[in-house]
Amino acid sequence: MRIEGKGRIDRSTWYGFTFDGVHYEGHPGDTVASALLAHDVRMVGRSFKYHRPRGILTAGSAEPNALVTVGSGAHASPNERATMVELTPGLQVTSQNRWPSLGFDVLSVNDLAAPFFGAGFYYKTFMWPKAFWEKVYEPAIRRAAGLGALSGVTDPEECEKGFRFCDVLVIGAGPAGLMAAKLAAEAGADVILADEGTEPGGQLTAEVEEIDGMAAHEWAAKLWAELGAMPNVRLMLRTTVTGAYDQGTYGALERLRGHATGHGPRECFWRIAAKRAVLAAGSLERPVAFRDNDRPGIMTAGAVRAYLNRWGVSPGRNVTVFANNDDAHRTARDLVMAGVKVNAVLDARHDAPKSDDFAVIRGAQVCGSHGRKGLDGITYRTASGETTIMTDCLAVSGGWNPTVHLTCHMGGRPVWRDDILAFVPKPGAIPGMVTAGACNGAFSTAACLAEGVAAAKQAVEDLGLTAPDVTLPEAGTEAGGIFPLWAVPGKGRAWLDFQNDVTVKDVKQAATENYQSVEHMKRYTTQGMATDQGKMSSVAALAILADATGRGIPETGTTTFRPPFSPISIGALGAGSKGSGFAPQRYTTSHAATVARNAPMIEAGLWYRPSYFPQAGETTWRQSCDREVGYVRNAVGISDVTTLGKIDIQGPDAAELLDIVYTGLFSTLKVGKVRYGLMLREDGFVMDDGTTARLGENHYVMTTTTAAAGQVMAHLDFVTQVLRPDLDVSVISVTEQWAQFAVAGPKSRPLLEDLLETTLTAEDWPFMSCGPVTVGGVTGRLFRISFSGEQGWEIAVPARYGASLFDALVARAEAMGGGLYGMEALNVLRIEKGFLTHAELHGRTTAFDLGMGRMISAKKDCIGKVMAAREGLVDPGRAQLVGLKPVGEVQQLVSGAHLFREGAKIEPENDQGYVTSVCYSPTLGHSIGLAFLERGPRRYGEKIRMIDRTKGLETLCEVVNPVFFDPEGARARD
Amino acid sequence: MRFSALRILKEGLTGNRGWTPHWRSPEPKSEYDIIIVGGGGHGLATAYYLARTHGLTNIAVLEKGYIGGGNVGRNTTIVRANYNLPGNSEFYSHALKLWEGLSEDLNYNVMHSQRGVINLFHSDGQRDYAVRRANSMIIQGDDAIVLDKAGVRKMLPYLDHDNARFPIYGGLYHPRGGTARHDAVAWGFARGADMRGVDLIQNCEVTGIDIEHGRVTGVQTTRGPIRAKKIGLATAGRSGQTAAMAGLRLPIESSILQAFVTEGLKPVIDNVVTFGMGHFYISQSDKGGLVFGGDLDFYASYAARGNLPMMEHVMEAGMALMPMIGKAKLLRSWGGIMDMTPDGSPIIDFSPVGGLYLNCGWCYGGFKATPGSGHTFAHLIATDTPHPAAARLRLDRFATGHGLMDEEGTGSQHNLH
Amino acid sequence: MRIPCPICGPRDSREFTYRGAALDRPAPDAGADAWEDYVHLRDNPAGPTLDLWYHHAGCASWLKVSRNTVTHEITGAVLAGAEDKA
Ligand SMILES: Cc1cc2nc3c(=O)[nH]c(=O)nc-3n(C[C@H](O)[C@H](O)[C@H](O)COP(=O)(O)OP(=O)(O)OC[C@H]3O[C@@H](n4cnc5c(N)ncnc54)[C@H](O)[C@@H]3O)c2cc1C
Ligand SMILES: [Zn+2]
Repeated sequence: MRIEGKGRIDRSTWYGFTFDGVHYEGHPGDTVASALLAHDVRMVGRSFKYHRPRGILTAGSAEPNALVTVGSGAHASPNERATMVELTPGLQVTSQNRWPSLGFDVLSVNDLAAPFFGAGFYYKTFMWPKAFWEKVYEPAIRRAAGLGALSGVTDPEECEKGFRFCDVLVIGAGPAGLMAAKLAAEAGADVILADEGTEPGGQLTAEVEEIDGMAAHEWAAKLWAELGAMPNVRLMLRTTVTGAYDQGTYGALERLRGHATGHGPRECFWRIAAKRAVLAAGSLERPVAFRDNDRPGIMTAGAVRAYLNRWGVSPGRNVTVFANNDDAHRTARDLVMAGVKVNAVLDARHDAPKSDDFAVIRGAQVCGSHGRKGLDGITYRTASGETTIMTDCLAVSGGWNPTVHLTCHMGGRPVWRDDILAFVPKPGAIPGMVTAGACNGAFSTAACLAEGVAAAKQAVEDLGLTAPDVTLPEAGTEAGGIFPLWAVPGKGRAWLDFQNDVTVKDVKQAATENYQSVEHMKRYTTQGMATDQGKMSSVAALAILADATGRGIPETGTTTFRPPFSPISIGALGAGSKGSGFAPQRYTTSHAATVARNAPMIEAGLWYRPSYFPQAGETTWRQSCDREVGYVRNAVGISDVTTLGKIDIQGPDAAELLDIVYTGLFSTLKVGKVRYGLMLREDGFVMDDGTTARLGENHYVMTTTTAAAGQVMAHLDFVTQVLRPDLDVSVISVTEQWAQFAVAGPKSRPLLEDLLETTLTAEDWPFMSCGPVTVGGVTGRLFRISFSGEQGWEIAVPARYGASLFDALVARAEAMGGGLYGMEALNVLRIEKGFLTHAELHGRTTAFDLGMGRMISAKKDCIGKVMAAREGLVDPGRAQLVGLKPVGEVQQLVSGAHLFREGAKIEPENDQGYVTSVCYSPTLGHSIGLAFLERGPRRYGEKIRMIDRTKGLETLCEVVNPVFFDPEGARARD
Repeated sequence: MRFSALRILKEGLTGNRGWTPHWRSPEPKSEYDIIIVGGGGHGLATAYYLARTHGLTNIAVLEKGYIGGGNVGRNTTIVRANYNLPGNSEFYSHALKLWEGLSEDLNYNVMHSQRGVINLFHSDGQRDYAVRRANSMIIQGDDAIVLDKAGVRKMLPYLDHDNARFPIYGGLYHPRGGTARHDAVAWGFARGADMRGVDLIQNCEVTGIDIEHGRVTGVQTTRGPIRAKKIGLATAGRSGQTAAMAGLRLPIESSILQAFVTEGLKPVIDNVVTFGMGHFYISQSDKGGLVFGGDLDFYASYAARGNLPMMEHVMEAGMALMPMIGKAKLLRSWGGIMDMTPDGSPIIDFSPVGGLYLNCGWCYGGFKATPGSGHTFAHLIATDTPHPAAARLRLDRFATGHGLMDEEGTGSQHNLH
Repeated sequence: MRIPCPICGPRDSREFTYRGAALDRPAPDAGADAWEDYVHLRDNPAGPTLDLWYHHAGCASWLKVSRNTVTHEITGAVLAGAEDKA
């Protein structure tokens, strides 16, 4: 019911919205919860397990009950707190976890079976008969899972992320936070003040009280505006600080726009690096457990006050207050002042203050509620017996829990204070964070203001700034007495965790069954595991557990509060990573020309490389591949090899560095020569391979595989900085700076001679030589190396000339009966020659396995040499590299197949190896493969079975030398 | 008390007043035949199988906090037998077979759910490796199916099949893989061990290991000294610390692994899905929360909590793989301490100290091992011979280089596995 | 987590790659035990430690970071190898 003259909503404007298809209207400033309450809609959801009717419990982010789906289709957002969703025109709101409708929910029969569904029931049942678990019980349990539903389609909305830095981060813009920000700002600190709400003031937004003679919310708004005018202050409303991390890093979620409206990002996830933080996060009111205390219409006393004072809504026409503290009396006072009928304040304390404006019944405890889908009445108990009264709203207060959560994110445990019956933060729990106000257990407004000032003073002085004098505003000093009351004794079910349907009895049963650690109780009963993470229920539950086990509350302790403080959408945390946004894309200089030729591009790490270059008339990739292999074997092929890592190494000790990182000797390499190198990890396994060219006395350029470029670069930095800082050598990655192309095939020399307008004689340019060349006036580098077994060259030019060099090379190659070749052909060419890629260098192979054991120079130490000599790494029984050739009827080879002796049973003991690379060799006219086989090199000529159980394939193979083609290597040297 | 349908009915009808403790809370005795240090999944399972299979009951499990409060109660509950390398392959195969009868064996429903695990691959090279691994699994006697693009699309239509940065080429499907309820596993083993006479001693931290003439004689604890003839260490992330009490330096570095759960959602993800390029894996719990994780936080740590970079990376990977989860809200994040070895695989073995046995190096994957680990560790302790299924999980493999089980191929850098 | 790079100042840990404990590489002939210690075995302390981080997204320096593995407190970072040069 709306109350005239109350609240700060814009009543001149009407916003239509729907709830479960029914049209309602509200105003700017409303939340979905306040707008529904204005229409006397009380039931808004169903609980998880028993599907009991659920109403609105709070007015904030800890709301466990009023979870709704907002929006529809791909925009539907499940489990939104109706108490936090700002009303926007046309909003579509739907209730959850009910079928077919909120009013008639079939699964509410669960509630009737509740006696069999108590704490831990899952673990004791669903086991008979065994087969039923998988076929009947589990599917049924899983079907009943969850509250709201995801749309199942791509989230169409975008979010964003950012970094912010400040001297002082103030969390919470209530009285403590506002004063903290003011002091810190006046001290000259760079301040961020963040608050979860849509208005500054925190609890003040819900109260009728004065600060410095002004309405408290006006005081807050005025100070907020003053802060906003300061250049060193950044204000962030609708921003929840979600987590505290190491070295003053905080996570924060900013809601950028309402639902269903607007464009641009929905949310921003901030990482805030703050030198100091002031936590002024306020406190959360807790309910009291009694029989049927979960009925719609029962809410926290503070929430009733907030709806009245801020939104001009009374959640009932005939309200009763039930409390164990003074604070809740304000609810009665404010309602009476607004003209709403208040039955009475039922106060559990025998010495509760009396009031002239409303009845206070001392020593009263509510022991039951009545109604079906909403509250009609309650029964309360006093010394003189039980009384039942009609009421449509019960405002309950069991006291207030300081919002200590962030202080626990780094493992700190809160401390129990008996005087206020609450946990407060452990000082220093988060390095650099000071706590102030209600979250620190200071419950009066005056104390909050003072603590805010004191906390900020400490923060700025820590930073070496001088705290200015700040006069404290005049404000109320009443903090309110409190008396312990967690659960009203009596029969029936008294609820603690409203969403997960956990009762006082469940907690006691857990204790009986010896689930007595607070963590055991939580996990066994699911108490505190709902979407509010126990904010509304945990302290009461552990008080009950403490009682049941005869321990005190401090010994019982809390469960661990973990980030995030309130839930964050994955879309926000993973902003920017949908589709291609997940990882950077690296393109070579020939990318555009390659794509223009319709080459399918494949990912090679972060790079893209062409798979093959289809031509008219070709219908399968194999046709293109075979043709491209032919270019290289018979004419000339061109391939962009820029993606291979290039590392420039210079300095007097460059040679020594290479001797350390490679197994072979590089110091003996002559200027103008190239050598193949194998690099080991320190544990003796192969890390990478590649060629390194000596361009000058003190100048080398190393190539790495595409995949390992980053790893090798870090490795060289490690060696030069950590292991051998004495070396005078510089290393830098130049992968992107040079565009590099392979020119391979019998006609490669004439092609290059034409291009370079020079002769490349075999004497001047023998196999494995290198040197500078001029290409169209540009200085480039030419390397005579081969990854195909043909006469081969790689030519490199500064990246800016890459695209034109590519065109020039391709045009010449095509004119000579050759052309481009892609990754598929490149792979075939290298398998035919038994050359390696990461299929073979997969991190578990040794030089010995690769038949390169002799490449580990005996003359010097190198990284990995000592560990490579471990007996297990040179065991002759290890699987070693071989070639495979099908010799039976079945000709197919499969990478990933395993190898067995003829006649051996297919079981792990007889597994002798596996296939790593296979292809059809157009050069040889049959399939070939590379494999690792136990004692392989000594078994050439032996027959072996290749078994692929995934396809049910078996191929009889002959073990052969892995160099299938031109084993003498004459063609490359030609 | 045995659980049965009748018992549930009776209790339900009589106000659930007859339930009794699932385990005792005894005072520690001054001496036991065997002490198991660590009341996590592996320690409890070891005690259970010592009692059940070997008839040994004069045993205490010493737990510094509450039982099941370590990694067994923090993991993402994936149970699978899809390893490639000898050693792991037979061990996890053995474990999975034990899982398949575990609820009945324990008379405690551990909610083992064989919903299938799919490991996606994103390149020809990754496919080849998946085929190799699938063959290892099948040859071991387990199940594996290599799905092609269309096969994955059919099973997991909600993945980004069309615009992904790393397109999905297919998946390695392991139908018998799945999940189980982690706490129930700890509790079920605890109850089973207790019923057979094992003493579960909580809030009892081992602070020293007594050794005389090269043999263990007992432990020092926060609840006083306790003598024992044999001691089994099953302290997971704390293994480096407990082994140091016996003067041992282990091939272990402890790191953080984070995990994440969203608010409860109606069923959308039926299986366990692993994203090969993004270090991301996900399943949906029986309560409806999406349970997911990714890589280690990388740095050595005992803090049992992580930091934002890895958390964000995991979320980014999730959005890249299945952008339908954008509106699911992260409810809780946490961390556990991972005992990382140089090859990423575990150790169940004798130690150089007489009577001291090691069960450690579980890295981020020891939950699925739980019954297998307990079963084979119990065998080792009881018989002083390695169980055949765990005979390759040797401590000396690093020194000798024989039988390393580096599934990832990243080498002897502990945090890279 | 923020790491105080001596060259770049305090930076988010996402800019760094972690390697592990900062240990001295043994001499090639130090013997199998020394190498086993270096490559595989770890003190794995719960408390102060010295470990290696690489500022891959910054100045490419390898740092030795003094850190506490229990609290994550970082008390300092120096350029690895610089101590030998001095
Ligand atoms: C986030 C996360 C996700 C994971 N996901 C999976 C997964 O999906 N699948 C999978 O198979 N595995 C997973 N794991 C790994 C798995 O949880 C662990 O490998 C496994 O639980 C370790 O064995 P445990 O259960 O015995 O360890 P724990 O439960 O950690 O038990 C060790 C116990 O030893 C106790 N202890 C330590 N020191 C002492 C002492 N001095 N005295 C007495 N007691 C001591 C500890 O308190 C602890 O209770 C995950 C782990 C984490 C953290
Ligand atoms: Zn730097």
